[in-house]
Formats: sequence, C-alpha cells, structure tokens
Amino acid sequence: MNDKTSTPVIEVENLTKVYKQVTAVDGISFSITQGSITGLLGGNGAGKTTTLGMLLGLILPSAGVIRLFGHDGSRDRHRVLHRMNFQSPYVALPLRLTVRQNLRVFGNLYGVPAVARRIDELADELELGDFLDREAGKISAGQKTRVALAKALINWPELLLLDEPTASLDPDTGDWIRTKLEAYRRRRGATLLLASHNMPEVERLCDDVIMLKQGRIVDRASPTGLVQKYGRTTLEDVFLDVARGRGLAASAAAPLGSA
Amino acid sequence: MNRSHIDSVRPSAPFSDSQLPVYRAVSLRRIGAMILRYVYLLRSSWPRLLELMYWPFLQLLTWGFLQSYLNQQPGFLGAAGGALLGSVLLWEVLVRGQLGFSMSFLEEMWSRNMANLLISPLTRAELLLSLLSLSFLRVVISIVPITVLAIFFFDYNLWSLGFGLIAFFANLLLTGWALAIFTSGMVLRNGLGAEGLVWSTMFALMPFCSVFYPVSTLPKALQSVAWLLPPTYVFEGMRALVLEHTFRLDLMLWAFGINLLLMLGACMGFAKLMDSARRAGSLMAIGE
Repeated sequence: MNDKTSTPVIEVENLTKVYKQVTAVDGISFSITQGSITGLLGGNGAGKTTTLGMLLGLILPSAGVIRLFGHDGSRDRHRVLHRMNFQSPYVALPLRLTVRQNLRVFGNLYGVPAVARRIDELADELELGDFLDREAGKISAGQKTRVALAKALINWPELLLLDEPTASLDPDTGDWIRTKLEAYRRRRGATLLLASHNMPEVERLCDDVIMLKQGRIVDRASPTGLVQKYGRTTLEDVFLDVARGRGLAASAAAPLGSA
Repeated sequence: MNRSHIDSVRPSAPFSDSQLPVYRAVSLRRIGAMILRYVYLLRSSWPRLLELMYWPFLQLLTWGFLQSYLNQQPGFLGAAGGALLGSVLLWEVLVRGQLGFSMSFLEEMWSRNMANLLISPLTRAELLLSLLSLSFLRVVISIVPITVLAIFFFDYNLWSLGFGLIAFFANLLLTGWALAIFTSGMVLRNGLGAEGLVWSTMFALMPFCSVFYPVSTLPKALQSVAWLLPPTYVFEGMRALVLEHTFRLDLMLWAFGINLLLMLGACMGFAKLMDSARRAGSLMAIGE
C-alpha cells in the first residue's frame, strides 16, 4: 500500500447523534483509507443509516467531527460534494424524466465534462441502452437500481456511499450490481462505504467491516478476521452473536471507541 | 464487456485534485441543470402544462363576464368594474408566482429526489435561484396568454398600465416568492404533512390584501394589518392608476421595501428550517 492509498478519505471522531431521548449514534470514531471497501454492519436501529446521513450532510451531528478528504464535513461540505456520491433504494429519481434526461441533469449538477459522452459510457457499462430513453417510472426494479448506480457513478466519485445497494433485488441482479461495484473500485481506486444487512454481500465486497450495535462500534476487522475471531464459519453467525450478545460478543469488553 | 473507453474523459485512478471540477459558490451550470429538469418535466406531462393555464383562464372568464355586466351599469359601479379584471389578473400573478415556486419544490418531494439534490454540489442559494427562475417562467406561461385573451374577449388591456404594470408585477412576484420560500421550508422541516400550507396560505391573506376593495373598507384594526402586506400597496396603486389615472410611486416603494424585508426573512427562515430538518433527521426520512 502506497502513501496515496493510506490517506484517510473519511475521518470520524466521537460522532454522536441524539434525537430527543434516543441516542442513534453514540460517540463513534473511525477512519477509512482510500481505495478500500468498508461495510457498516448492524441490525435495525444500529445507527448505520444515521452515520451515512451525517457523512452526507443530510443529518447534523449532535457532537463529534467529520473530515472528508481532509476537509471539515460541516463547514466545507460543498468543497467535497462533487468528489462523492450516494446510492440508496430509498431515494428515487424523477419518474417522469427519461433515464437519459435524469443522467444529463445530474451530470450537469456534478459539473461532469462532456455529459453526453459520459452517459453513453455508463449506458454501455451498466447496460442501460434498452431503456435509456424510457421514463424512469416505467422501468423494472432491477433496471431502476442500475439507473441509480449510473447516477451514483456519473461524476466518477472518489467516495461512494451506499445504503443497502442490493436491497429487494433478485440474486442475479444483486450479484451483477456487486460485480460492477468491485470493478469500479478496482479500476478507479475509489473508496466505498456501504451499509448492508446482506452478509454474503459484505463478505464478498468488503475489505473491512465496522460492526455497529445500538449506535456504538462493537468490533472492526476484515470479514474473515471477524469469522475467525468469533470462532464461527460465516459472517452471519458473527452478526447473530453480536446482535444477540452471545458467544464472544457476550464476554466482549466495552464497545470500541475507536476503530 | 467493453471497458476500453470507460475512462476516456478522465484518466484512471488514482485521483488528483487537478482533475476535479472547480468548486464555485454559485454555478450557472447547476442552476441551468435544475431548470432543464423542470423543462423536461413540463415537456413530458401535458396535464402539468395545461394546469398552468386553465385556472387563470377560468378566472378570466368568470370575472370578465362580471366586469362586462358592471360596465353596463351607470355611475361608480360601472367605473369600478374597470378595475375588477385588473385585480383578478394581478391576483393571479401573486398566486402563480407562489405556486410556480412551490410546485417545482413539491415535485422534488413527491418524486423522493430531494435527498439526491441535497447531497449534490447544488447549494442552497442555487436551489432557491433555480426555483425562482422556474416560477418566473411559469408565471409568464400562465399569465401572458391570459392577458392577450382579455384584450380579445373583454376589451381589457392590462398592458396599457405601462410602467406601473412592471412595478405591480415585480412586487407581487416578490411577495409570492417570499411566501413560497418560507412554506417550502416548512414542508422540508415537517414533511409532506405540511403541504396544505403551500395551497392555503396565500388565500388566507386575500381578505387583508384589499384585492377587490379599497383598504378603507376594512375595520381600522385590519387596515393596520393590510398595510403590512405588500400586495395591499399594489392593489391600491392599481386602482389609483385605473380610476384616477395616477401612478403612486410612493405605494410601490413601500411595497418594495416591505418585500425586501419579507424576502430576507423568508430566506433566513428557509435556512433555519433546513438546518432544523437536518438536526431532526427528516431530510433522510424524505426518501423513506
């Protein structure tokens, strides 16, 4: 690993989010280096989406510091937004616009040079050609995911945040999306951070896994490292141990403040 | 899979700062992108285009016939009829200015696209500027054809108001925009449950703005309220121009001054409401 790839793309210190009486994220700290794929793993309400929301600037932290590409995530957010992008099945594109029109709009918003050419490239890469001029509301769920991925890649993001990128997709389409994400990371040296419940997806894609429970980081290692550490055969077993507080997770020390 | 040309515009990794687009505080390209998005929408949906014109057209017919009737009456009633259609058309400028902004904003909420915009490099100022531009575009599409039809159907030429019309138009647009910016902030903060504010707030102001009657008609206490609202000055000014052939610059300057304060307050309110939405986590929930 050279100096470039060891540069932290994301640095988070004591990040906390409290909603009235509920602590959604509880003083987490971590950093993510360039070119890695990191998974945020945890059950419902563990704080994955809230953490992504704070990194994206959609949610204001109650406390803590976020640095993206070395810039303060609160004050200088607009200086780095063109270097990152986001995909989530819970955010949609305007349904009355065609796929091409949507991509053209976002290409311009992100300041992409030669947008038409970039759209053609993405159409080729993500096989959008058959429905490129169809309205976004009139394509299948799998096609919508491919279009959402195209939107997320329109600006060659150095940092790609993904919230359950293959949720509700059939296994074939899910595998196809994962292949594309791997290829993008390999080709571009991009950094990916994904929140997921899908254990095979995390095992396959991620170099590094941050395990969250009740807003805290309870462990962090590679998928194989976690499996070995907990003496299990799959990441799903590790997830269940952590979620249910059994096995090694039951006797584990206090949650990791820093990972 | 053909990947030979995938990175033809940008060189392959690693990234370097020199390859990145230059950050600009206000970018015409980003504003243009937002305008393009709505032009695509209007082009693809004839009901949306029709909606821009059909309600002002119905208003024109209803009030135009009433004015024709009043014009046949002797004395003051006949003279007052001359101001009626002007009031209706200017009220439409106010309403269409507000709705032109709010509808474009709501389109993003309805399509669950707001989060995509807020995580893009589009700044808050650019979002507002693009929505204001779209509102102006929508008002022109709504109102200009109706004013032409008024000439043909009812022999009423709003354009004969000359320079006064520009002052009326500008002031009414500013008021509509201020209200739209604030109510949009409320929707952003409270979700689509607050959508009713967008549709109802302007009409709640109608009785106090003296659209169809002089301010002196109102009880004393309400007159004080009326003079806080810029449209009151516009409608009084319009009546002075039509009935007394006098352009009241003083009224327009008062309206402009109050409008500037309203716009400032609305923009600050929008910013506060957006920050409040970020604190409450409701921007993330827009998509869910």
